Amino acid sequence: MSDDAAPQVALDPATPRLRGDFGETPMRLMLRKLRRHRLARISGVILMFLYGIAIFADVIAPADPNTLNARFTYAPPQTLYLFDGWTLDPHVKGYIVTVDEVAMKRTFTPDPDTQIAVRLFPATAPYLLWGLIPLRHRLIGPVDQRQPFFLLGADRLGRDMLSRLVHGSRISLSIGLSGVALSLLVGVVIGGISGYVGGRTDMVIQRVIEFIWSLPQIPLWLGLAAAVPRDWTSLQAYFVVTIILALLGWTELARAVRGRVMALKGEDFVAAAWLDGAGSQRIILRHIVPSFASHIIAVATLAIPGMILAETTLSFLGLGLQAPVVSWGVLLRDAQNIRTLASAPWLLAPGVAVIVAVLTLNFLGDGLRDAADPYD
Amino acid sequence: MTQRLLLSVADLRTHFAMPDGTVVRAVDGIGFDLHEGETLCIVGESGSGKSVAARSILQIVDLPGRIVGGRILLHRYESGAATPRQVVDIAQLGRTGPAIRAVRCHDISMIFQEPMSSLSPVHNCGDQIAEAVRLSDPRVGKRAAHTRAVELLGLMQLRSPDLIAKQFPFELSGGMQQRVMIAMALAGNPRILIADEPTTALDVTTQAEILKLIAGLQRQLGLGVIFITHDMGVVANVADTVAVMNKGKIVETNRLRTLFDAPQHPYTRMLLASTLRLESPSPNKTTGAPVATGIAPAEPLLSLRDITKVFGNRQGWLDRVGHQVRAVDGVSFDVGAHENLGIVGESGSGKSTVARCILGLHRLTSGSILYRTELAQTIELSGHRRFAGDPIVRDIRMVFQDPYSSLNPRMSVGQIVAEPLLLNDGLRGGALRERVAELLVLVGLEPRMMERYPHAFSGGQRQRIVIARAIALKPRLVIADEATSALDVSLRAQMLDLLLDLQQQLGLSYILITHDISTIRYFCDRVIVMHNGKVVEQGTTRAVLDAPREPYTQRLIASVPRPDPTMRL
Repeated sequence: MSDDAAPQVALDPATPRLRGDFGETPMRLMLRKLRRHRLARISGVILMFLYGIAIFADVIAPADPNTLNARFTYAPPQTLYLFDGWTLDPHVKGYIVTVDEVAMKRTFTPDPDTQIAVRLFPATAPYLLWGLIPLRHRLIGPVDQRQPFFLLGADRLGRDMLSRLVHGSRISLSIGLSGVALSLLVGVVIGGISGYVGGRTDMVIQRVIEFIWSLPQIPLWLGLAAAVPRDWTSLQAYFVVTIILALLGWTELARAVRGRVMALKGEDFVAAAWLDGAGSQRIILRHIVPSFASHIIAVATLAIPGMILAETTLSFLGLGLQAPVVSWGVLLRDAQNIRTLASAPWLLAPGVAVIVAVLTLNFLGDGLRDAADPYD
Repeated sequence: MTQRLLLSVADLRTHFAMPDGTVVRAVDGIGFDLHEGETLCIVGESGSGKSVAARSILQIVDLPGRIVGGRILLHRYESGAATPRQVVDIAQLGRTGPAIRAVRCHDISMIFQEPMSSLSPVHNCGDQIAEAVRLSDPRVGKRAAHTRAVELLGLMQLRSPDLIAKQFPFELSGGMQQRVMIAMALAGNPRILIADEPTTALDVTTQAEILKLIAGLQRQLGLGVIFITHDMGVVANVADTVAVMNKGKIVETNRLRTLFDAPQHPYTRMLLASTLRLESPSPNKTTGAPVATGIAPAEPLLSLRDITKVFGNRQGWLDRVGHQVRAVDGVSFDVGAHENLGIVGESGSGKSTVARCILGLHRLTSGSILYRTELAQTIELSGHRRFAGDPIVRDIRMVFQDPYSSLNPRMSVGQIVAEPLLLNDGLRGGALRERVAELLVLVGLEPRMMERYPHAFSGGQRQRIVIARAIALKPRLVIADEATSALDVSLRAQMLDLLLDLQQQLGLSYILITHDISTIRYFCDRVIVMHNGKVVEQGTTRAVLDAPREPYTQRLIASVPRPDPTMRL
């Protein structure tokens, strides 16, 4: 009979079933759908690139981010020339520095006569990759290390913006991940309990979440940041900032998880599992959680940009990480002064980096959410 | 006067170009004619393309579907003229534009299965109908349109049309909503009404009223009606001409009597046979004849005494005592060994709540449910807490209505069927696989399907998986809540036969909960009729169905459309 025949392409357009679906796990289906989402795919590639830069920041940055160079404060970006006449000879032009004695201001103009040769993997001062592997070469840099090389200009103390930007990506991008990981852990546990147990427990948890939402954020950050002792190392400060972000971030995820758990609890297959003799733990871990895992991945991805922005805001306000730690927010502090900005607009480069990271993460999250939606 | 031709469809083809490059030929070269005052039934099972065919006529097929060929010739007449003033090919009109809008406003109207989702919840019924009136004829003033709306509602045999006009759709019952939809559809004085499963979501008594209403309107207004349905009973009651659709094609078109008396195509014959089979008790039924009184088996497996379930009495912090619903109100009955007990009732009668109370999915408000174990011990199920090795988990199992939501989409079929075995028999590894394979064979599936996920199966196959899970622990009682309602009629008898077959092999009892009288007739020894949470009547199937004593039961049974053109409602 037709019932026993092999599954065939359904003719009912309300539930179009695509060929090749058979026997695939829902997670694989989701990934396949994601690959068809062009914007998400492009964003994914850009993000992989960004995180790659963050991981190999030591090698990619042309210089140490904290090397001062008093001669080149606010030096403008140099143009990278690939050819000298017809021969391949990548170089940048040197600077002609004029000092206005009255205004105490340096003016930089490119010097057409000085060429600073630039090469891939030049020999540089020795450094440690990830604090472990000793290396002597960086991705790109001037052959003569004493010559100026500022592709994105220099800051107030003559430090290379590009190197600082590259190093700043480490903290800014990773704090989003670790913050979300932490709030995901808290959010799934608390939201899961809230949704599964329901009743009074749910009521209490939801009121606590609403209480947290009602707190004005910036004063709260101020308070928490003030509680951090001044003499803590940058690593400790990093963890504290992560925890502060997660403390506020978990509520959003907990709400999402609670909603999913409540909806799934009413599904027949959960009732069936209960009738099969499964206990609460098994029902939650084996039946409910896998059903919303893909959805949670999407929600979590969408939460990362919020974390990045929050870190940037905190550091920008001077509440989060402090110099000499480099993050995009810390870098943007230098751009607080409007007069500085007028003469050195390249200090806004970290802002562009934040925008790119946040946008691509949002696009990827949107793509994931669409792919996780079985009704699409 | 010979009936004038209203619509002539020829070689209509509507295809869906899927994103992965495949083309689904939902409607693949169908043709039919519709005359004035005629009802054409398009009948077919799910996925036959009957709805797409109806939607094609109004150019409202969902994308990516589009009409790729054929003609839909609409004939427009001056009143009283025998030859058409104008013939329009709707297939050439496109989805938007004034021409197709004019067709939708003045010539063809459509009503759908779900009246609630077709009506706006933020406007009252009168305003919605008045809007339809003004859309079809902008010269009508606001007040006149409203008067016309009330007039149309009056035509729907509603008792107080001006009151209904002021009400919002959610304040009305499903049947009333469907009447409002019909009134709206008639606002532009159409010549043709397309009804897409208009009574499928309704209770059987309401269905009978709506069917009568449509038939009356048709006579009164001389409409041509295209009636889409999957139910041969409805067909026998409304159709003049029947077109049977299967896989996008019309396999047979015939006058109603001819089609029922001498079906030509094998598919039509199969469809009719499956329907008619459910009109009499199953030949496979071998359970012992119940005691003469039909009330109480001698040694009941399960005894329900005066059970009551009240919903909505939860009192939260700061919450007031809310609205209370007595879903089940003092129900008592017994289930004997090897017996098939049917519980029949309309939506909201509390029949599913009874099942959930027995299974412990709901906690009883009051009353007692006594279960007699294999060792003749009695266990009180009311307030029962499950313990390790609880015989209840093994003995009482459930088959759910919706085979889509009752299977975890993230688990393979093997894992789903293995779950109860793993948790209760402690089977592992090879032994477990063997037993799962055995169960799959028992329900008519193949062991190699174990690795697949539920979404790769059709509705009927999924229901077999659900049954395999239910019988995995060799239960003594299986509760099937509308287990066949979501299935096409050709599968329904098969599924019931499977259940009967399993009963013979495993010696179990069934409680079958359904709204469908024919399923009860086919399957059950005894039947309980429920209405508003109470038992209205109980007795042997034959006694209750053939000679009902209570007025409610009589009305219920009389409302069921029988698949026999000579037995119209």
